[in-house]
Amino acid sequence: MAATSTSTAKRPEAPPGAPGPRETRRRVNWLPWLFLAPYLLLFGSFVLLPIALGLWISLHSWDFTLPGKPFVGLRNYSELLTPGTGEFERFWNAMQATGIFTAISVPLLIVIPLAVALVMNQRFRGRNLFRALFFAPYVLGVAVVGVVWRFLLDANIGVVNYLAGLVGLPDSTPWLTSIPETWIALIGVTVWWTLGFNAVIFLAGLQDISNDLYEAAKMDGAGAWVRFRHVTLPGLRPVVLFVVMITVIASANMFGQSWIMTRGGPGQETRTAIYYIVDTGLNQRAMGEAAAASWLLTLVLMLTSALLFAFARERGPEKGADR
Amino acid sequence: MSTPFHRPASAGLTIPLNRRNFLLLGSTAALVTGCGGGSGVGGPQEDAGGEFTGTYDGPPITLDYWNGFTGGDGPTMLAMTKEFADAQKNIDIKNTTIQWADFYQKLPAAAQAGKGPAVGVMHLDQVASNAARGILVPLDDIADEIGLAEEDFLAPVWSPGIYNEKRYGIPLDVHSLAMYWNKEHFDKAGIDEPPTDAASFDEACKKLQAAGYKTPFWMPNRWPSHLMFFSLIWQHGGEPFADDGSEATFGSEAGVAALTWMREQVDKGYSPENVDIDAQYLAFKNGENSITWDGIWQINDLKEADMDYGMAPIPTIGEQPAVWANSHHFFMTSQAAEDKDMSDASKLFISELSQNSGRWAEAAMIPARNSAREDASYTDSPQAALDDQLENFRFLPSVPGVADTIAPTLEVAVNEAILGKASPQEALEKYQAEATELMQENLEKFGG
Repeated sequence: MAATSTSTAKRPEAPPGAPGPRETRRRVNWLPWLFLAPYLLLFGSFVLLPIALGLWISLHSWDFTLPGKPFVGLRNYSELLTPGTGEFERFWNAMQATGIFTAISVPLLIVIPLAVALVMNQRFRGRNLFRALFFAPYVLGVAVVGVVWRFLLDANIGVVNYLAGLVGLPDSTPWLTSIPETWIALIGVTVWWTLGFNAVIFLAGLQDISNDLYEAAKMDGAGAWVRFRHVTLPGLRPVVLFVVMITVIASANMFGQSWIMTRGGPGQETRTAIYYIVDTGLNQRAMGEAAAASWLLTLVLMLTSALLFAFARERGPEKGADR
Repeated sequence: MSTPFHRPASAGLTIPLNRRNFLLLGSTAALVTGCGGGSGVGGPQEDAGGEFTGTYDGPPITLDYWNGFTGGDGPTMLAMTKEFADAQKNIDIKNTTIQWADFYQKLPAAAQAGKGPAVGVMHLDQVASNAARGILVPLDDIADEIGLAEEDFLAPVWSPGIYNEKRYGIPLDVHSLAMYWNKEHFDKAGIDEPPTDAASFDEACKKLQAAGYKTPFWMPNRWPSHLMFFSLIWQHGGEPFADDGSEATFGSEAGVAALTWMREQVDKGYSPENVDIDAQYLAFKNGENSITWDGIWQINDLKEADMDYGMAPIPTIGEQPAVWANSHHFFMTSQAAEDKDMSDASKLFISELSQNSGRWAEAAMIPARNSAREDASYTDSPQAALDDQLENFRFLPSVPGVADTIAPTLEVAVNEAILGKASPQEALEKYQAEATELMQENLEKFGG
């Protein structure tokens, strides 16, 4: 409610004849909530409530198809955290797969889109076409992307290997059935698919940086690299932080690509955390375990976010100085 | 059928590619008409004179009927349903067709909310789970009332519909794996007879290689590789699961022998390494390999592809003939049983469709009812080639939850061994333990 008191404090400057302070306070108190209500209603019923319900479910042996849903306390969590159980192995194997995917895809999804955005920001013929080309794959759904690439990357009858063979490269690379080829395929496809989105955000960030800064830097004799390092990057810092955050979260939620392209294989190598949760909750109908796994994944993600923020804050003053 | 259908069909239409349904997707009404070469015979009139002459004389009623016939089998089922509805003054059928994967998720939820169907069709290996959930009602009395008896049906599908000594499903059909081959390739290689055992199969592969078909038999490591595995473990005298659902036994000697043979096909060079999802079937359609094992539901798809193929029972690699099979069963829900009219109409529906199931052969299935297998639409069908093999059809045990444990355990073991990531023994032993753990949890869950 800090905002409310600020605005009431400002009110006295309102034109004469405006309602008295008491009335004002009441109206200002409720108005934002009124505007927020539609969103809050959706947020509450589709985000907060499920989160709470998930916590409740995670304390039960919960099969939604059975009438009995016995309370089991923390058993679902302890199974996921006790080495030696099947659940432990499957879950942490999945967490590891998610970790590998996130650790490799996030840097690529920052650097490549940034480079693309820098090019997009130049003036050249066909710039709009270039922008559209890079953004186009993002419009496709994961199902389309997954199925198309599954066929393109097929080891024996796929186009990619066929073309590779034509130019003298190995023509039987098992893109979808062997490690590490599978990770290359999954990460490559994801980068191709989503880089346009990050690039557009970077582009907006780039256009936000005042041209004066570049001109001033030029006057001082700064070359292209120095301008990039000391004008562009500092100017983009908040945007970069935002993009890193959403990319980490998106990557940690990877599911569709491996579900469609590799079925979690070879073996269970590319079975991600969400894959595990979906499989356990909906296919095995062990909703309790799946809910507990979701909570653990959430905790890990929250921790990661907190670390990222802490890292960003540590470097905050520098940013302030730059600006 | 179990596992692939359990996978959630998340976002798009294109996902279920490696399920049989997808492969049937292209084949629509046109195909079914084309396929009904012999469908003029055995129409409803003939069968209507059968042993049951029940009628429904209650008030007008609408039956909700759920099934998962989304492929080339859909139009045939719709035609059968329409035939029934047309003949009944007071019964209307509201047909709902859902992808099998979604079907098995939605049905329990809908039934618990009181919004489920009155009647439906499900796979045999799902009957026990859903009976345990209290969604289905026993049909023993119905079977008696409408005069269904074991001798009217294929013996192997009649008994697995029983769970806890009660019958919950009336068999509609059976469907199994079969061996398909490219006739042109066989001719060129000089193979006159389809191979029937390990030796002749090996010989055929060698001849095909000699004839220039370098990789004649692609070994899948995904669907339907676990169905091949089931067939082979049974052929070697093993059982994948204990009958009471208490443990997985696919890591037995028979299981290791089965999986070893599968991997050997790769080692011998009959199959390339790393066959991707569906690649073995697509390659077969494109003439890139010569033999493939797949379900009989592919018949309609191959027909549409204008493929010159042969079909026969899979060869006996082990000591005895056996092949994985599943079956579609009619069921009635407890929801329908609460209402006398609803339950009467449902019984009549099941009885009539079962009696007129001859034309179901057009859906590339084998009718479970003996009289229906005399219908020309079956005797003239490609799948009739399996007719003398019916006694070798083997089914997974009717225990709740067993079907659900296959995807995360056995399928992974088969995948790892065929890809050469682990030896058959290591893979099977590891996932056998995990499967047993899951089965124990299921026993506890469904028991309690």
